This record gives sequence, C-alpha cells and structure tokens, in this order.
Amino acid sequence: MAASAADFRTRLQDWLPKLVLAPSFAVTLLFVYGFILFTVVLSFTGSKMLPRFDWVGFANYEKLFALPAWHTAIVNIAIFATLYIVICTVVGLMLAIFLDQKIRGEGVLRPIYLYPMALSFIVTGTAWKWFLDPGIGLERIMHQWGWESFSFTWIKDGEMALYTIVIAAVWQTSGFVMAMFLAGLRGIDNEILKAAQIDGASNWQLYRRIVIPLLRPAFLSAFVILSHLAIKSYDLVIALTGGGPGRATEMPATFMYSYTFTRNQMGIGASSAVIMLMTIAAIMVPYLYAELREKKA
Amino acid sequence: MKVLSITAFLLATASHALAEPSVEVMHFWTSGGEAAALSAVRDKVVAGGVAWADAPVAGGGGDAAKTALQARIASGNPPAAMLMLGQNIIDWANEGLLGNVDAIAAAEGWDAALPQAVQDFTKVDGHYVSAPTNVHRTDMIWASKAAFDKIGAAYPTTWDELNALAPRFLEAGIIPLAHGGQAWQEAYMFEAVALGVGGADFYRRALIELDDATLRGPEMVAVFTQMAQLRGMVDANFPGRDWNLASAMVINGEAAMQIMGDWAKGEFTNAGKVPGDDYACIPVPKAQGDGFVYLVNSLSFFTQTDPDLITGQQVLASAIMDPAVQVAFNQAKGAIPARTDIDLSAMDACAQATSAALASNDAGGTAVPTFAGTHAANAAVVGAATDAITAFFNSDMTAEDAAASLADAIAAAR
Repeated sequence: MAASAADFRTRLQDWLPKLVLAPSFAVTLLFVYGFILFTVVLSFTGSKMLPRFDWVGFANYEKLFALPAWHTAIVNIAIFATLYIVICTVVGLMLAIFLDQKIRGEGVLRPIYLYPMALSFIVTGTAWKWFLDPGIGLERIMHQWGWESFSFTWIKDGEMALYTIVIAAVWQTSGFVMAMFLAGLRGIDNEILKAAQIDGASNWQLYRRIVIPLLRPAFLSAFVILSHLAIKSYDLVIALTGGGPGRATEMPATFMYSYTFTRNQMGIGASSAVIMLMTIAAIMVPYLYAELREKKA
Repeated sequence: MKVLSITAFLLATASHALAEPSVEVMHFWTSGGEAAALSAVRDKVVAGGVAWADAPVAGGGGDAAKTALQARIASGNPPAAMLMLGQNIIDWANEGLLGNVDAIAAAEGWDAALPQAVQDFTKVDGHYVSAPTNVHRTDMIWASKAAFDKIGAAYPTTWDELNALAPRFLEAGIIPLAHGGQAWQEAYMFEAVALGVGGADFYRRALIELDDATLRGPEMVAVFTQMAQLRGMVDANFPGRDWNLASAMVINGEAAMQIMGDWAKGEFTNAGKVPGDDYACIPVPKAQGDGFVYLVNSLSFFTQTDPDLITGQQVLASAIMDPAVQVAFNQAKGAIPARTDIDLSAMDACAQATSAALASNDAGGTAVPTFAGTHAANAAVVGAATDAITAFFNSDMTAEDAAASLADAIAAAR
C-alpha cells in the first residue's frame, strides 16, 4: 500500500510537468508552427480573397520581387532595423553604465527610462506624430517661442520620414534595453573589477576589456528582442506615418497586411510573410547557434 | 493569419441558433452620422417584428470589417447582411456565397426605382444580391464662400478657371486646396480629375476596361498634368492629414477648396454650416461633356438556410428600400438616396442637385463607377494604381512618367 502510494507520487511527479505544459505546447504547435506551415502552403497557391489550394509554384514569389513597393519595403526595413538595433543598443548600454555609477536617485531615474516601454506602439506613434507635425508640434512651439527659422519637417518629407520612425522606436525601447544591460552589470562579480583596478586598469580599459565582454548574454537578449521588434514593426508605422508620405515608409509588415487582407492577393501576401520569416531566421539562427553552442562547451 | 484563424474559431463557437426572425448586420458605420443613418433602417426592421443583431467592426474604412468577414466565411458562419463595396460584392457573388432578395425586389419594383448605375452593383447575373442604402458622388469640390468672397471670384466651372484661382488665393493668404495626403484620398482626387479632364469615354476605357494604350496615352498624361497643377495648390503640411481635418480647413476659411466625395458634407453640417450661405458644393469641372462618379453603399445578403434568417433578410431589404427610410438615412449620412423616384424636398440643396445630376447622367450614359472605391476595378488593381498615383502626388515626377508607371502597375496587378 505504502509502496504503491509512493510509486504513484513518483509517477505523478514525473508526469505532472508534462501534463501542465501539454496545453500550451499544443496551442503553440497549432497556432504558431501550424499557421507558419499554412502560410508557407498558401504562398504557393493562387489564393486571392479566401485561401484556395490551386498550386502555382513560385509565381507569387516572382510577382512579389517584381513589385516596386516590395523593394521599397525591403530597403526601408534594412535601414530601419540597422539604425534601430544599433542606436537602441548603444543608448541602452550608455544609460545602464551611467546609472550604474552608484548615483543618488537611481530608483527614480530607472523607471523614468523604462516607462515608455509600458506604452503600446500605437500610443507612441500617435504622440510622436503630433509632436513631429510641423503645424501643431515641435516646429510650431519653437516658432511661438521666437525661433522663427527653426524647421523640422522630416515627417512630411518622403526622404526623411523613415528616420522619424527610428526616433520614435528608439525612444520607446532603449529604456528596456537599458534595464537588460543594468541587470547584466549588476551580475558582474565585483572581485574581478577590483582585481583589475589593483592591476592598474583605467576605467575605459575596465569597461572595454572586462565589463562589455561579460555582458555578452545581455547583448544576445537585446539583439534577439530588438530584431524581432524591428521586423514586425507594423503598428508604429501605421500610427506614425501610415506608410506615407506616398508609400515612402512602407515596411514588409504593412505590405503583407495590405496585400493579404485589403487587396485580395493573399498568395502574394503569404509569400512576403515567408520571406520575412526566412530573413529573420537567416539572421537569428546562426547567431543563436554560435552563442548557445559556446555556452555548452 | 494567426489572428484571422483565432477570430474564426471564437466566432464559430459563439454562434448559436435564434428562434425568432432575426437579421445580423455586419458593417463599419460607426461614426456619429453613419450610426444615426443606420438606426433609421434598424427602427424599420424592428417595427417589422425582426430582431436586429448589430455587428459593427470599426476601423480602416471597412478593411477591418472585411478581415472579420473573411474569418466568418472561413468558419462557415456568414452574417445575414454585410456592408460591402463594388467589386467585392461581385467577387463574393461569384464565390457562390450570396443569396438574393429577388421576390421582394420584384414585388416592390426595384428595377424601375433604381438607376442603372446602382443596379450594376446590386444585381449580379440578374439577381438582387444586395440592397442599396445610398449613393455617394465622389467628384465634388467643397468651396468656402468666405474665401471666394475675399478675392471676389466666382466658383470655377472649368479647369482653366480653377487653375487661375490658385495664385490669387495664395496672394490673399489662403491655401487654394485643402488636401489630406493619404493614398486613398489621392486616389479619389485622381478619379475626379480623370473624369473631369478626360471625360466618361476615356474614364471607361482607362479605368474600367484597363486598356493599356489609353493608360499610357496623351489623355492620361493630360490628367496627370492637371494633377500636377493641384499638387501645386496644397500646403506643405498635407502628408498624412485626415480628410476631415482638410474639410475643417475649408470650414474655417483657412483653405478655399477641397476635392472630396460628398461624405464631406457631414463635416460642414456638423459645424452648423449651410450650403449656399457658408459653403458651396460644386461638381469638379468637366472638360468633355457631363459626368458623375458614383459610389454605391449596399448591404449584401449571404446565403442562409434557416427560414427565420431568410425572413429577416427580406424584411431588411424591404426596409432599406422604403422611401421614408431612404430619405431619413441619407439626411443623417449626407449622401443621396439610391432610388431616384422619390420626393427629396425634405433634403438640402446639395443633395437635391446631386440626385438630379445622378438621374440625368444615368440617362445620358455619363455616370461612371468609382475607381478608388473599387467599383470600376478590383481591389488588386486599385491598390496597385493607388501606389502609382500617390507616388506621383508626393514627388516631382513628370506626368509622362506617372502615366507609364500607372500603366505598368495596373498591368502587373491584373
């Protein structure tokens, strides 16, 4: 009796984690990987308004890459993602290092930098749209304060509008990156730093040779999070510029939505989604592979 | 894709049979005037003993509703009635998903009551799959009387007059043309100019038949040349502006004119402005005979098997076409009734003039369906053309290049 009860508990302990995880595993399998597969299948069909399963081979991909709008979208995402990831990382790291100098009031400053992350991209986009609009925002205020020659019309300029999206996105996320780096900095053993200082390392050498290399896991997390935020940037673009002026700030995500759902070209929309997935996989998989393998070794 | 399927799943599990005659109406009329308009129909339906299930999907000028509809269809649970535009109705009918209300239409004499223009987008293969609530005219200019009085000018009736006004307004410190720089608004402006400069025949060849030679031809270059003139009349701050903010500029007298469909009238009415005294609604100038660009709003009926739901659809169809409902609906919405055989004395001067213009243009064969509103061509073609049009309007591209890129875009999307 006692033996079988113990046996049951052991078995339960063995099974319980699997049992608890099963629903979320099944849901993820179906709604993430299942629909990735569904999208891949759709991208090879002539689906227009509704999913249809007439095989057309690579015709959608050929059409996709013949579209000027898709080229604009690809160039835009390349510029946007590069600037966004680099600037966010640099700004986040600097803020973290400055906050880590055992300054007074850190408890107040940290949430201030972190709060933009609590806003949705729609709110960020709308607020920055108003702020950057020359007729109602920054430019008008400057004129009213007497700086008549002040001009900041990027959001109305097809060449520069993309950079306003970078500004808004960096504002939103760099505080979050800061928090990740700050956690990393707090995890560094003080003994190592003291030892280096005794050996006569300058502050600059300390950070360059010891601190930043030790932050490698934080860099990995920041990169993974920022790059997926960049490639799925949809709401921010819609709220801030609506893809305009003209189609100057079209992104792959906005392209995918409009072709799939408003232009009745589901096949082309699906193929653009597949290209987006493959692009992100091409960047992330080697990076993750290299990073995670090293840790094991 | 993911969102779509989840929505479909939730909607499928949430649906259940109703025991009394009922009609579920899916729509995107959520603004004040639009909701008031729809309630005129609802009151009539409820008075007919049918329960009304409202299914509004706000946002995106109907794009969001369309996505929701796709999910409902995918889950095998289409709504009884759905607000749809132009070619979408024909596409859904061709998918075999639309039922019809032919019995009601025959009994109430819809054929005689509706102009051909409206029948083209409610009657597919001889069946009434859709009941029209209203017609919008999209080739309209909304002009500020105060601005025109200030420079002592008359409202323009030709393109030359309109173009000559621009420098005079600028001199008086008035923006000649209020414009919202969003792609769809530029598409509506384009179709108004295409009909105004090229005429109804050209419009049909270029934007309905999508004839490549016409799209590249000298007439299209002339259309873009006029578009370039308009490009020079807007203020620097136009990109991204919402259309109702552009209307507000005309209402305040900050700008002289706006080219926009007659849904803009609602903004003027809400601001307490009176046509004739405060503003004028004038058709866009026509260089080649008369013309009228129309957009039909209608509720389409998805095939149902439950007799209660079929009854609900028939009561709804009859309510929509009721003359009193048509007038009440359009007073609230700012459009004109789809029927051209009813008394409009209760409506304002703009609506009466537009309704008379629809009847005469319909008889004269110069009423053409809206391109931007996906009546003249399907969503894929209109989307591609809109890309080319908005690229032109937001750059200093030449008219020749614009015509070529428009033709290329349309050829690629067909």
